[in-house]
Amino acid sequence: MRRIRAAAVGAVTLSLVLTAAACGGGTSGAGGSNEQPKTLTYWASNQGASLEADKKVLQPELDKFEKQTGIKVKLEVVPWGDLLNRILTATTSGQGPDVLNIGNTWSASLQASGALLPWDEKNFDAIGGKDRFVDSALGSTGAEGQDPAAVPLYSMAYALYYNKKMFADAGVKQPPTTWDELVETGKKLSKDGKWALGAEGSNLSNNIHQVFVLGKQHGADFFTADGKPDFTSDGAVAAVKQYVDLMAKDKIIAPGNAEYAQNQSLSDFAKNKTAMVLWQTASATFTSQGMDESEWGVVPAPVQSGKPGQGTGVNSMVAGINMAVFGNTKNLDGAKDFVKFMTSDKEQIVLNKAYGSIPPVKAAQEDGAFGTFALSPLREALATSAAALPQVPEESQFETVVGTAVKELFADAAAGRPVTTESVKAKLEKAQQQMPKK
Amino acid sequence: MTTTAAPATGERTAQRNDPGAAPRRRRSGRLRRIGLPYLLLLPALLLELLVHLVPMVIGIVVSFRELTQFYVRDWTTSPWAGLDNYTLSVDFDAPVGQALLHSFLITCLFTVLSVGLCWLLGTAAAVFMQETFRGRGFLRTLFLVPYALPVYAAVITWAFMFQRDNGLINHVIHDQLGLTDSPPFWLLGDNSFFTLLVVSVWKGWPFAFLIMMAGLQNIPRDIYEAAALDGAGVWQQIRRITLPSLRPVNQVLVLVLFLWTFNDFNTPFVLFGKSAPAAADLISIHIYQSSFQTWNFGAGSAMSVLLLLFLLVVTGLYLLFTSRGKKASDG
Repeated sequence: MRRIRAAAVGAVTLSLVLTAAACGGGTSGAGGSNEQPKTLTYWASNQGASLEADKKVLQPELDKFEKQTGIKVKLEVVPWGDLLNRILTATTSGQGPDVLNIGNTWSASLQASGALLPWDEKNFDAIGGKDRFVDSALGSTGAEGQDPAAVPLYSMAYALYYNKKMFADAGVKQPPTTWDELVETGKKLSKDGKWALGAEGSNLSNNIHQVFVLGKQHGADFFTADGKPDFTSDGAVAAVKQYVDLMAKDKIIAPGNAEYAQNQSLSDFAKNKTAMVLWQTASATFTSQGMDESEWGVVPAPVQSGKPGQGTGVNSMVAGINMAVFGNTKNLDGAKDFVKFMTSDKEQIVLNKAYGSIPPVKAAQEDGAFGTFALSPLREALATSAAALPQVPEESQFETVVGTAVKELFADAAAGRPVTTESVKAKLEKAQQQMPKK
Repeated sequence: MTTTAAPATGERTAQRNDPGAAPRRRRSGRLRRIGLPYLLLLPALLLELLVHLVPMVIGIVVSFRELTQFYVRDWTTSPWAGLDNYTLSVDFDAPVGQALLHSFLITCLFTVLSVGLCWLLGTAAAVFMQETFRGRGFLRTLFLVPYALPVYAAVITWAFMFQRDNGLINHVIHDQLGLTDSPPFWLLGDNSFFTLLVVSVWKGWPFAFLIMMAGLQNIPRDIYEAAALDGAGVWQQIRRITLPSLRPVNQVLVLVLFLWTFNDFNTPFVLFGKSAPAAADLISIHIYQSSFQTWNFGAGSAMSVLLLLFLLVVTGLYLLFTSRGKKASDG
């Protein structure tokens, strides 16, 4: 009896504790095949106001593709919070979609995993050639010197959106073009419970996008030329401090923004509580928040001085979505056909119009639909003053650790604790130590 | 037990009648007797193996490998790392080890407080609900609501309520009651620990309440009547009758609450997202971040194995200690 009880207790204990550790593995097949030429599974990223809205945009196009080729595309729109994990799981198990969207900043990280089909010359020829695409978009498709891991699908860039009514109420005539002007204007706008600038302090990716651009303006990259993390250079520290100081020192960002991570700053903007946001392709969101196009304006994002351009004139990252073919696809030719379809001039115009983004395909970009007041500053930035985030395998780790450092600094600023060069440097040092050793 | 009793008697009879054939028959009889339970357990064991043990063993193997994004596609190709992942995790002078230790201590404190409060609330409510009164059924149902709600929906609602600028909590304590000079942050900084604790207790105590209520039903009413006749007050009744009678229930309840709370992932993940504030950096979310956010599954697995060992030791000691105490009190 006693032994049985001991065994039972042991078994119960073990099974209760087992939840702690688990990590599955799987086998992976070789490259793609053409075993199932009649179907494709497509994981789309969430580009519209909701998953449903995306389905409404995409489904008619997929139907067109089926009519042309006879290939049925099973669509799943994956929310941003899940997409990278889903891709990782698919990579580990070898069971994934045939075609998928990835955030273009993940290109190098996913490329390193070997899960995606490399776009060599032959594959690019199958979709009409590499030179159909804009250079800046191609710069964010994988590590330099390797075949791209993905093809650009939608391009976006940062710009400064401003609320016309709030500007008029505060007597501000011109939107700012430099950071000094932005702070000066901001101080006029920040009063009576209203604030000049919005931020998403707890959104790690957004933090990275902002400090990356400021880093460029201070002459700093977050990685050395040979791909080692370099987070604590004077330029990087100055960039992070300048961004957080907008709340800590200049007091033009509301302290509450430190906990924003779900685009609350855009609702504040639409509710006339915040006068400006630095955002990528915000027009569709403003419309869905009930703002009329006449109520807001958009200008190029600010620089330290002078005009936007390359080098220290960079005022945006190359934001966007790439389309990739999963290495384990069972319909390789169909997958390439589908990428060809989605990046065709015609589809590019339809899709980018629906999502308020810019086509990375040169011919489609010329379309009048992308020369509107809302989109031309973005197109301008992509053409002249946008830079790709570091194309290194550790990019996603960089987003996590440095994004968290900025989040913590915002929390300090919001709680009224001082943010100094030393405290910024200490946080960045800690972040750098968390990066994998090479 | 009754099924094994019959063959046992038969065996003894056979032994008496035919001593020569006894050893062989006894052996086959014993084989049957011992074999049957195992045969019946086999399907469960196989599933257990598949669902729990195999992944766990793979997890342990992975913890000795350098499994980063370069090898996730086929983890068997990843190079062996020896004890590197472990030394990295427990090197408390380096940032990774320090962060793990900090997360571990936070989790211990959080678990002690959360389990203690869940138990206290659950027991108190169960004891008070023993007496019949109008609305008891309604209150019982009401108390179980947090347990019945889907975790995600419930915790997201809490996250909304704890928002600084638009949340209900700050609306009450700052705008209406004026208890604070400026609206505090609940999802950032040190306060996040209390946020986590409140949500965890809210979510966990109905389970304690349910179990305790079931346990209380098994205590015969006449013991209380006898005690009341002997002049025992309510407090004495609780101390001398209720709590000792609930001992076996408590033993399991506290253990289960401990393991659930210590491993809780959903609550901090839904409240704080991918990077929890330092004050609320529970170990499960810390390990998640160490593996999924930084794509270093080897180090994440090593941390999981350390956590597994810790929980095994704690659970083993706990069971040893509580069953000893029980034997002593029985004797």
